[in-house]
Amino acid sequence: MEIDPFIFRLSIFILSIFVGYYVVWSVTPSLHTPLMSVTNAISSVIIVGAIIAALADSSGSVFETSNIFGFLAIILAAVNIFGGFLVTQRMLQMYKKKKK
Amino acid sequence: MSANLLALFYLVSGILFILALRGLSSPETSRQGNYFGITGMTIAILVTFLSVGNFGTGFIYVLIFLLIGGSVGAFIAFKIPMTAMPELVAGFHSLVGLAAVFVAISAFLQPEVFNLGSPGDIKLASLIEMSLGAAIGAITFSGSIIAFLKLRGIMSGAPITFKGQHLVNLFLGIIIIFLIYYLCRSQLSNIFWSIVIISFLIGVLLIIPIGGADMPVVISMLNSYSGWAAAGIGFTLENSALIITGALVGSSGAILSYIMCKGMNRSFFNVILGGWGATDQTSNSQTKEQKPVKNGNADDAAFLMKNASSVIIVPGYGMAVAQAQHALREMVDALKKNGVKVSYAIHPVAGRMPGHMNVLLAEANVPYDEVFELEEINNDFANCDVAYVIGANDVTNPVAKSDPQSPIYGMPILDVEKSKSVLFVKRSLSPGYAGIDNDLFYRDNTLMLFADAKKMTEEIVKSL
Repeated sequence: MEIDPFIFRLSIFILSIFVGYYVVWSVTPSLHTPLMSVTNAISSVIIVGAIIAALADSSGSVFETSNIFGFLAIILAAVNIFGGFLVTQRMLQMYKKKKK
Repeated sequence: MSANLLALFYLVSGILFILALRGLSSPETSRQGNYFGITGMTIAILVTFLSVGNFGTGFIYVLIFLLIGGSVGAFIAFKIPMTAMPELVAGFHSLVGLAAVFVAISAFLQPEVFNLGSPGDIKLASLIEMSLGAAIGAITFSGSIIAFLKLRGIMSGAPITFKGQHLVNLFLGIIIIFLIYYLCRSQLSNIFWSIVIISFLIGVLLIIPIGGADMPVVISMLNSYSGWAAAGIGFTLENSALIITGALVGSSGAILSYIMCKGMNRSFFNVILGGWGATDQTSNSQTKEQKPVKNGNADDAAFLMKNASSVIIVPGYGMAVAQAQHALREMVDALKKNGVKVSYAIHPVAGRMPGHMNVLLAEANVPYDEVFELEEINNDFANCDVAYVIGANDVTNPVAKSDPQSPIYGMPILDVEKSKSVLFVKRSLSPGYAGIDNDLFYRDNTLMLFADAKKMTEEIVKSL
């Protein structure tokens, strides 16, 4: 009997939820805002799907409707990736310890 | 690049993202964590380019669009004031949601590119995954737009409710499930479009009944949704980086929602199913007889604090509105010069998003080891001379401990009333978001300072 690859992906998914659960509980409450902005940035890894969609040229043209949706998704995800990581960086830079 | 190698690289990205979140367990490791995140993203994008292997005109366009989006994002990231962080995060959530919708649409239109079958004959599992991804993405998008408009003040923060609202939402949810089922049987593109459009509608209906001060829950919830949308797309594209990230973000948002709900002693459903003010206002309106309050000015406040040995600052959303964090920092510096010990107490739901106050204080150069969470500092109020409440209200209301009739009964509050004296900066005696009077105003040890938070703090700095 063969296992459907979907089951493997489901396993990855469920294990990642557990990893996320424990990792996020250990985030210090004072960094909850950066946590939100960085999760925002990393969820934009959806850009990989957008790139594949945009670069597909099954019919010899890169401007089929589906390509255009890919390009639009790239713009949106790119705003998020750059914006998310940079604003997180900007915030984290501000957290300083007391000067001794 | 072989599919196996590609999958391994995506796994590396996923692990780097986990490390990025892990880094946030303390401010010292957090910056390194952010670099892990950036590295993971770079790897994911590069290997995707290599795997597609198409470096023709399309590639140039991709780079151009990437740069356009990137510059817009970078520009926003550098320009945005820290007080506007909640709406920025809401705006970013909407982008993730919409991107998920777009990717799902392309996958539906050109399934062969993603190895999902051919148009009109898409694999059943993929069809379910992509319609779920699109539906959750669409809800995230329109819900975040409403949250953004409310936070930005373009739309009133008051809950918008109508009769049968929850029934309508339930009905629409059932329709979505039915349509997904029907889509799987018919593969008709009109059904797919209907799913997307109805989901946009659900997103709007879901967020309009939720009021301003419940925004911390809403933002966390939408954060969670954006993760589940990404995971849905990840299943469709059989991409482990997306699945891992989606799961991480989804659980992160869920935990934050839970923490926020607990900070208000309300169940998640109670928040989602409508505003506080809408249900509980009746019981308190009749007891509004004029009670005496003690009214002070900046000189009184300065005198009290200068002669104190310890002061605890309790900031709230009002501080963010008045942009008073820098003035506050100056006041604390002046107090420290006088040998006063100063710390800050942050309630979990202070502000409009989780951790909002901490970021504002960090912006004003307040060292993070002077800032404490509710459980860490609550016992210290009993030994403190002055509590300086600036822009907070409901989270200090002792009624939450004494009156089982009160809508906020059972909510964990900062025990401000235990300190020897309380300075309460507020523009008027109006009640807070929960629509209830704060007992603290009328206590003997409370001195009300009626003024704008920033102006009052600046005046106190002058008299110090």
